[in-house]
Amino acid sequence: MIQSFGWQSVQFLFHGLIWTVGLSVCTFVCGGIFGLIFALARALGPRWLQLIVAGYIQLVQATPLLILIFLAFYGLSFAGFYFPPLAAAAISLSIYATAFLADIWRGCIEAIPRTQWEAADALALSRIQRLRYVILPQAFRIALGPTVGFMVQIVKNTSVTALIGFVELTRAGQLLNNMTFQPFHVFLTVAAFYFAVCYPLSWWSEKLKERKSAGPAH
Amino acid sequence: MAYEMNFTPVFARTPELISGTIDTIVLSGQSIVIGLTIGLAVSILRVDGPKWAAAASAGYVEAFRNTPLLVQLFLLFFGLPYIGIRLSADHAAILAISLNLGAYSAEIFRAGLLAIPKTQIEAGLALGLSRLQVMRYVVIIPALRVIYPALTGQLTLTLLGTSIASAISATELTLAGAKIESQTFRSLETFLVLAAIYISITFAFRLLYWIVGLWLFRRSVPKTGSAVATLSLPREAET
Repeated sequence: MIQSFGWQSVQFLFHGLIWTVGLSVCTFVCGGIFGLIFALARALGPRWLQLIVAGYIQLVQATPLLILIFLAFYGLSFAGFYFPPLAAAAISLSIYATAFLADIWRGCIEAIPRTQWEAADALALSRIQRLRYVILPQAFRIALGPTVGFMVQIVKNTSVTALIGFVELTRAGQLLNNMTFQPFHVFLTVAAFYFAVCYPLSWWSEKLKERKSAGPAH
Repeated sequence: MAYEMNFTPVFARTPELISGTIDTIVLSGQSIVIGLTIGLAVSILRVDGPKWAAAASAGYVEAFRNTPLLVQLFLLFFGLPYIGIRLSADHAAILAISLNLGAYSAEIFRAGLLAIPKTQIEAGLALGLSRLQVMRYVVIIPALRVIYPALTGQLTLTLLGTSIASAISATELTLAGAKIESQTFRSLETFLVLAAIYISITFAFRLLYWIVGLWLFRRSVPKTGSAVATLSLPREAET
């Protein structure tokens, strides 16, 4: 049955938006936890660990997200694990986000001058204390802008999970297009929804970056 | 039950994989050329253009940077025919990816343009360089040098983004792979091979950017402060 694009359609898309936001949050939390561990390992770990993490980052950053998602969804299900679209989407997006966040945060940790480590050492802080009270708070300040910027990428990248049938905003748009045959209205509305989520984040990210460059040098 | 990997059916389709690889490289190359041209034009308009043009450029950049490429593809491929413009899948893919890259590279180029202080240009002219020489040695190459890492990083993301164009059945590697997967049922193997090909293409492109960078910046002073220090030291000693 063909229905026309109206208020009900917008509500349907809004439901998809909730899944998009949910998947983004899930990806950011998982990617953030592993990203932090990987960033610390890459910046401060023993040499062999640094090499492994660097290899992981290089390989994931050179693979299209769509291929990662296909590998998790089709590939592993044939190998005997079945992941429903939600799990496959969350796992592959987290693998992807981990690589990028680890790379961003490693840069921020390495940007803290060596003298800060030495000063903290001179104050007789332990290695963990140096990291916890001296290095990470300063790295956090530098990292905030790029991290919020990467959140925008995560929100946009969740759209690719539509291609394995996970019903988020873009997939909802496809389904609605099949019902209404009004692709221009449907996808323009979908784009507007994404813009409403991403633009404030982009704006915030820019503000954070400006504040950092205007702030006192340390 | 252990799963046994069997790559034979996938490797039997090597000709399709090769032509898919070539299609992906061609699609990326075309999009990169068009996208960078758009980006450069938009960034100049945004920095130097009249107020309305700067506002329009900012609107374009924000609109494309804050919506997913997949939705842009759907809008151009499925949406445009609705208002009377019909594009083939391949053309829609080139257009969408170029516009997407245009928006991102415009921001990067803008940062480069703003990185060159006006006094540098005046200094170059005062040294008797022609306008063209100033443009080349004082503005373009140093600005390009500042933005080069960000720019090549973006080009890599664009290359990987072409895989999404398979969603509107544009001919490229992922579409070729999806076809092989659906006919051989060797999903894990197919997508592992695709991943390996994409990784190889990406590393090949990165090598190319590195070589181009070496050639472009062959006459520049080293980036570290050492060059500045050695240049300024004798003068301080004189006074």
